[in-house]
Amino acid sequence: MTEQTDFVEIRHAQKSFGALEVLKDISLSVTRGQIVGIIGSSGSGKSTLLRAINDLDPLTGGEIWLDGVQVNKSLPHRQYEKHINEMRQQVGMVFQHFNLFPHMTARENVTMAPKMLKGLSQEAADKLAEEQLDKVGMLERIDYYPSQLSGGQKQRVAIARALAMKPKLMLFDEATSALDPELVEEVNLVMKRLAEEHMTMIIVTHEMDFAASVCDRVLFMDKGVVVEEGPPATMFKHPTKERTREFLRKHIEGAK
Amino acid sequence: MGLDFSIIPKYLDVVLLGAAWTMGITVASAILSFFGGIVFAVIALYAPWIIRQPFRLIEWVFMGTPLLLQLFLIYFGLVQIGIDLPAFVAGIIGLGLHFAVYNSELIQTAILAVDKGQMEAARTLGLSRGEALRKVVIPQAVRAVIPPIGNNMIALLKDSALVSVIGVSELTLSAQRVIGKTYRPFEFYILAAAFYYVINLCMEWVQRKIERRIAISR
Ligand SMILES: Nc1ncnc2c1ncn2[C@@H]1O[C@H](COP(=O)(O)OP(=O)(O)O)[C@@H](O)[C@H]1O
Ligand SMILES: [Mg+2]
Repeated sequence: MTEQTDFVEIRHAQKSFGALEVLKDISLSVTRGQIVGIIGSSGSGKSTLLRAINDLDPLTGGEIWLDGVQVNKSLPHRQYEKHINEMRQQVGMVFQHFNLFPHMTARENVTMAPKMLKGLSQEAADKLAEEQLDKVGMLERIDYYPSQLSGGQKQRVAIARALAMKPKLMLFDEATSALDPELVEEVNLVMKRLAEEHMTMIIVTHEMDFAASVCDRVLFMDKGVVVEEGPPATMFKHPTKERTREFLRKHIEGAK
Repeated sequence: MGLDFSIIPKYLDVVLLGAAWTMGITVASAILSFFGGIVFAVIALYAPWIIRQPFRLIEWVFMGTPLLLQLFLIYFGLVQIGIDLPAFVAGIIGLGLHFAVYNSELIQTAILAVDKGQMEAARTLGLSRGEALRKVVIPQAVRAVIPPIGNNMIALLKDSALVSVIGVSELTLSAQRVIGKTYRPFEFYILAAAFYYVINLCMEWVQRKIERRIAISR
């Protein structure tokens, strides 16, 4: 096996929960600055794949590489913990249900990890919070608690929180699925802006229009395998596999 | 002999001093029981077996035996192994640890009830499990159980009268001493009861203030 890797490289990823095989030999590589969309029906393993990348759901087989370093390498327990915490600092993750820390203000949500892990001074942390919250249009609410924010605002703060660690890669797991329809656009705009800045991103989404407009490549997953992949124009207009066609028919028509 | 409350002013200072002791002991043991409760909860949930097992025994002693016995043990028993504590310190430790065990039960349940996404979000940022517990999970768990912990603290106030048995002149014992001199049990027990009631009100007021302050951050 070569050591030369793409920016993100997933090799023969396999994951089982007990007897249930959720990922079946998935390989995927992402170059720096690329934006990859993952679509597929519920239960097809999209979240599991995303969560494997930062080891929230460790793989049961296969390898994950990030920028030349293997994420899931085998190490003694303590060393592995240290290694994985370092890897995770380089990967931002945005969840469907935001998972903001309710006992912290937007500012504190953003600065907690950088202060703790990078030893930022309060002053530097405040500057970072202002910068990151401004970027997602939430500067005005910097001292609000999550309970005082709408879903879209919460998700934007959650994105700022992830960006504050200056990650090399951002993972989005259905970032807009839990939002009221009128709040989806404000989050999509933030993600589009990140795309313009050439942030490397892997985006699990059920919004086909959004995937078509920001992704360089789209993967269609079904039952733990990547059925088909390609540039969105090809994928959405001329899917080659019957399963893809069926899925798109349901989703594109269902959305309209 | 009828009731005569006019005798109260003459001995008010003694009873007041007792009330001050009761308040001091209650506040000190409440603080101990709060932080002790957090530490106990973390041990019970996350410590390695070798620490958890002896800890279970301590927990059982504090939950399964009378507080009175625990106070005797700490005050009189520990002297035999060379630990000679002032009575009020023994009282604070006894009350504090006793209620720490009860608080720990509440906090453990609350820790387990914190949404798993919170730990995941913290880990995703690169925090270790310990860091995530300390900064993210435990603060939320504690906020969630402030009301029942408050109830425990009211119980603690009432049980603080037990430290009179090791000779701490707290409110109940002070009242008793005055009664010993005046033979006026009704007046002075009522007075002591009134003081307990006032302290109780103060504690409820503090609790409400805390609850209101954290309401927004839950
Ligand atoms: N922690 C887990 N334990 C057991 N089964 C799980 C767990 N997480 C996910 N699964 C199962 O794995 C499959 C894929 O789940 P998931 O990756 O969440 O799918 P998707 O995100 O595509 O909807 C589902 O059948 C789900 O029930
Ligand atoms: Mg999912």
